[in-house]
Amino acid sequence: MSEAAAQEAIAQLVPKGARVLDLGCGDGALLAHLQATRGCSGYGIEIDDTNVQACVKRGVNVIQLNLEEGLALFGDASFDVVLQIDTLQHLRNAETMLQETARVGRTGIVAFPNFGHWPNRLAVLMGRMPVTKRLPYQWFDTPNIRVGTFADFETLAARNRLKVSDSFGLQDGRAVRTAPNLMAGTAVFKFSR
Amino acid sequence: MMIATPESMFFEPPLALQSGASIRAYQVAFETYGTLNAAKSNAVLVCHALNASHHVAGVYAGQEKSEGWWDTMIGPGKPLDTNHFFVIGVNNLGSCFGSTGPMHTNPDTGRVYGADFPVVTVEDWVNAQARLLDALGIQTLAAVMGGSLGGMQALSWTLQYPSRVRHALVIASAPNLTAENIAFNEVARRAITTDPDFNGGHFYANGDKPETKPKRGLRIARMIGHITYLSDDVMNEKFGRLLKDDGDYKYSTLDVEFQIESYLRYQGDKFAEYFDANTYLLITRALDYFDPARQHGGDLSQALAKATAKFLLVSFTTDWRFSPKRSRELVKALLDNRRDVSYAEIDAPHGHDAFLLDDKRYMAVTRSYFEGIHAAIGGHP
Repeated sequence: MSEAAAQEAIAQLVPKGARVLDLGCGDGALLAHLQATRGCSGYGIEIDDTNVQACVKRGVNVIQLNLEEGLALFGDASFDVVLQIDTLQHLRNAETMLQETARVGRTGIVAFPNFGHWPNRLAVLMGRMPVTKRLPYQWFDTPNIRVGTFADFETLAARNRLKVSDSFGLQDGRAVRTAPNLMAGTAVFKFSR
Repeated sequence: MMIATPESMFFEPPLALQSGASIRAYQVAFETYGTLNAAKSNAVLVCHALNASHHVAGVYAGQEKSEGWWDTMIGPGKPLDTNHFFVIGVNNLGSCFGSTGPMHTNPDTGRVYGADFPVVTVEDWVNAQARLLDALGIQTLAAVMGGSLGGMQALSWTLQYPSRVRHALVIASAPNLTAENIAFNEVARRAITTDPDFNGGHFYANGDKPETKPKRGLRIARMIGHITYLSDDVMNEKFGRLLKDDGDYKYSTLDVEFQIESYLRYQGDKFAEYFDANTYLLITRALDYFDPARQHGGDLSQALAKATAKFLLVSFTTDWRFSPKRSRELVKALLDNRRDVSYAEIDAPHGHDAFLLDDKRYMAVTRSYFEGIHAAIGGHP
């Protein structure tokens, strides 16, 4: 989700001046955007060397850390917002990290590729795993080890007693609020403990 | 190649030390590279570790292989770019490379200090460095930087003189030494102090009495140190079980059999020639004593509340002497205080020594950080 419109749609969910922790922050583009346009502060967590350097280059605080090791560095409710943008699908301990997100942040925002999007369903119906612009990997060579749908996440959130304050789909940078499980390539959830 | 010129500054007034003692009429050796800008806002202080000096970069005119100890990091076009920054390398008190140390004459007694040289701490060194900056007319540092023990000094700067430091780069360092680390230092110190030539620290030439350098102790101290600066992997890769001489075992307990033995002996011999035994004791003690959390009941977060600088911390995954875990403690304490901090954990095979080596990722992240500092003080790329 590198498109500016999608980034802006996520940014709109973050209150102005918020203290933000971005889990799997990539090259720090979103955090830099939040700092520049919404007066936010905070840190990114990133495992990849090249991304860590890119964050430092942008002047974004970044902590090099493997998320699978947890968030022991961070205290309860120590951030206004914890972001997990296109991170959840890469995590072995996705549920634990969801709980950690809710522990560390007063608000959590999660976005991930929605496998319930109709082209994905169609591909599976044809007997093949989907390969799309949003999910460009072959099944045997994908970093997306957690494949779930918008509807699946609602169940997971309920199971962890998270209060979902907003949820919608994102498609072509636009919010999809009607049948997002079918109509959107990306699922977005805003929640708190 | 950048040419370096060592300088020295004399300080007559006493410097009060943490121990309650003081030292007066002392010299501080230093080198500078690059140009101080008109606003005096581009100064970067580089602090050295155990066996290094003020000669951090460049070469001495006409001397082959005289590169400074951090020449990979510092120089024109390098990560700490001397085309942008005015870099100061400083030699600490008690050292044997130019600043006043135990081999010099105590002005109060007229005799060589020897074992009577006062115990100096990281905090004392930082105070002496601050005096040097005062004399150079530099109020605020764009950055202070150091690795290992040098990183402790960089950290201490942010606590002792928070308003004088904008950025701190703390590399392969720790908030204090662990018991195991102190233990290694103690073994090294015992090797030196039990050498018969040590003579209670008074081994320098005195009247008719010639110098008796405790080289045996120094060699062993260095051999132990050297093992701890490397990683098991790198040692195996470099030496493995290779024998010094081809062929079969010699079945001797006294001869050098394995290449690793030969290497360690060589390193020990080299070190014993140029290093001073009392300096080794002083510097390892400064390492042992450093513990900013101590005054705060062991609470590092509370101790670091004073620091207002922005931080870059770097650690190396195979460094077991100053492990990533220790750097993360610093990161956590800074996060608790909501300070600006970035942390890179470099997956390098070289153990503690990695901080002196030319790792691409390490160099890139440090370069990017300094580019940010350069831009912030109004410099052009």
